[in-house]
Amino acid sequence: MKHIVKIMTLLMAISALWIGLLQTSILPRSYTWLLPVYFVVSLGCYGLLMVGVGLMQFPTCPQEALLLQQDVVEAKEYLKQRGVDVGSS
Amino acid sequence: MEAPLNTSKNKYSIIVPTYNERLNIALIVYLIFKHLRGVDFEIIVVDDGSPDGTQDIVKQLQKVYGEDRILLRARPSKLGLGTAYIHGLKHASGNFVVIMDADLSHHPKYLPSFIRKQSETDADIITGTRYVTGGGVHGWNLMRKLTSRGANVLAQTFLWPGVSDLTGSFRLYRKSVLEDIISCCVSKGYVFQMEMIVRASRKGYKIKEVPITFVDRVYGSSKLGGSEIVEYLKGLAYLLVTT
Repeated sequence: MKHIVKIMTLLMAISALWIGLLQTSILPRSYTWLLPVYFVVSLGCYGLLMVGVGLMQFPTCPQEALLLQQDVVEAKEYLKQRGVDVGSS
Repeated sequence: MEAPLNTSKNKYSIIVPTYNERLNIALIVYLIFKHLRGVDFEIIVVDDGSPDGTQDIVKQLQKVYGEDRILLRARPSKLGLGTAYIHGLKHASGNFVVIMDADLSHHPKYLPSFIRKQSETDADIITGTRYVTGGGVHGWNLMRKLTSRGANVLAQTFLWPGVSDLTGSFRLYRKSVLEDIISCCVSKGYVFQMEMIVRASRKGYKIKEVPITFVDRVYGSSKLGGSEIVEYLKGLAYLLVTT
């Protein structure tokens, strides 16, 4: 099944639930009408939250840049001895 | 020290596409040989007609390390990343294929952990991830981090890919698996990396992750603009309706 179909099915199921709620009026109608708005808003909030959390916890590795510089020096020395032209970048 | 790699029956073909990487290709070859002692491997350099003499350097490296260990499979002009992998793959003699960038953002010191993880789990694909403990990125500004996180949240929300880092391109593939999925991938740029892993995941291949660090282009310049973001969104939509 294509992925978009899966997502559509999920959305349809949610819509069906919503229509069911509208029909049976378990909740007051005015509340039920607003549920899709809440849904969209909370989805947006979830996204923003995930991006925010991801940004705050973004793993960085400044020490790796230093280690790499050491590796570069080591490699250049080795290669130069063996006649590989590593003079210019 | 970690246990030695038990890879006696396996051969690894490391495909490195290059364009104007004369210094970086020399450094990366040295580092691969340094970190993969006792492993049967070959390096396949797919050079797209670099005007800076990348191929001359590769020939010098062949003299140092042997022409059977470093294969130069050049193409006449810049033909794109996806076809570079297909081109390299045709010349690969190993039963596993590693794909990595030549610009040193992918450090060869992680290769043993890819190989170890594969032999432990018998996975079809091992993909390097920057977004778990032990992984990380260096040299990105806030904008770059924001776009990356945003892109990742979008993809995780809509595609449910089952891997944490979709656009990374440091990966180890079982050769037959790579041959299978590469033929149905049509995207370009880093959407191509995402398409490969999503299609592999949908086909039910076993995918495992290892942490890697990513030091952004030590030499040369980085590129990410509005057009990349549009391409990414198009790629996401394309994957939604085709996989």
